[in-house]
Amino acid sequence: MVHIEVDHVGHRYGQGALARQVLDGVSADLTESRIGVIGHNGSGKSTFVRMLNALLIPSQGVIKVNGLDTASEAKKVRRLAGFLFTDPDTQIIMPTVAEDVAFGLRKSGLSKPEIAARVDELLERFGLSGHREHPAHLLSGGQKQLLALASVLITSPQLIIMDEPTTLLDLRNARMIGQVIGELSQTVVLATHHLHLLDDFDRVLVFDSGRLVADGTPTEAIAHYRRLMEV
Amino acid sequence: MAIGINTLGLYQQGSSVLHRVSAWAKLIGLVVLGAASIWLQSRWWLVLAVLGLVVVGYLVAGFPVGLMFKQLRPMIWLLVFIAVMNWWSFDWQRGIAVPGMIATLVAAAGLVTLTTPMSALIDVVVRAVGPLRRFGVDPERVGLTLMLGIRCVPVVAGLASEVREAQIARTATHSFRAFAVPLLVRALRDADAIGDALVARGFDD
Repeated sequence: MVHIEVDHVGHRYGQGALARQVLDGVSADLTESRIGVIGHNGSGKSTFVRMLNALLIPSQGVIKVNGLDTASEAKKVRRLAGFLFTDPDTQIIMPTVAEDVAFGLRKSGLSKPEIAARVDELLERFGLSGHREHPAHLLSGGQKQLLALASVLITSPQLIIMDEPTTLLDLRNARMIGQVIGELSQTVVLATHHLHLLDDFDRVLVFDSGRLVADGTPTEAIAHYRRLMEV
Repeated sequence: MAIGINTLGLYQQGSSVLHRVSAWAKLIGLVVLGAASIWLQSRWWLVLAVLGLVVVGYLVAGFPVGLMFKQLRPMIWLLVFIAVMNWWSFDWQRGIAVPGMIATLVAAAGLVTLTTPMSALIDVVVRAVGPLRRFGVDPERVGLTLMLGIRCVPVVAGLASEVREAQIARTATHSFRAFAVPLLVRALRDADAIGDALVARGFDD
């Protein structure tokens, strides 16, 4: 189980007259295995999830993941938490599918056969075995996102943070990725606009103008979000 | 946005002899060819013979010769210019030998990257730079930098193509500023995203 402590967190981009407060006074104690994050564009949800992986360090407040402060122990936090981006094209680093999955283990000290075995296992799991040596950027959108997820899972993180992973996908691929997310054994924090993905989630946080305005079950939180959208 | 990074003649799967030869051997061969080019280009017929060998290499690797010409196409006008200048300044033999040698080296380098996975090339670079570790050089970082450089060339080319298309769709005029500014902004944004991806994947030091 992963324990995320968010204590009075705020974040400001820019300085002086150009400063913009994108998160303000967010606190939450997260221990559930499926946590959704929703909110309109610019509500602060992407900023929030990026902070959980120490990609962004909060301007105010503290975030701890399993007791590790994201500000002072960022590397340890990232070893614990994988991150799935909206656009898999930016996440794919290496030219071929197998090389990209193996990339995360370059500095692991594992032998080549050990790395190859783990790559094969993940490609098999996500139905990408047939594309092992194919150019990664020529896969379909859904396959690219599966590849990105496999590349995250290769380092065996306990927590997977996802920033709108289905936004660029069609309905079929979005559903497929949703199914894969549902089958993950790791703790998942998912920021999304596809509300149906959150049906089986344990807890959903709703952001509005940088503030955490609702926090509850999917039914409660989504109802609150819909009311916000009606205004 | 689907920008193909395999458009730069990168690895294509195969089981030929050239695919099986180690990355070390291929890179050393390339370095030797580069060093020998100074001597080779003094004999035009030898340059053509080596170019012929490279063509055979493409065929042995299972690639059509057209693939080799595709790799040379972007520099065809440069080669023509070099040929004319050498012919005019020296003689026709040199007009063949000098651009022929350049084309041979580029085609040979293309053959190496087409038959060698990127990770194997990086491994070679990392091991080759290894002894410099005592001087504070991080070999893994050198390999990663090289790989990102190779990755970024077709990415930026793809971005340039998209910006150009958007420019044509909106204005149908040729403005350098209207081309360069969005290209720069998008390239920087892309670089930022790749940086985030690298950090998220554990390359954060």
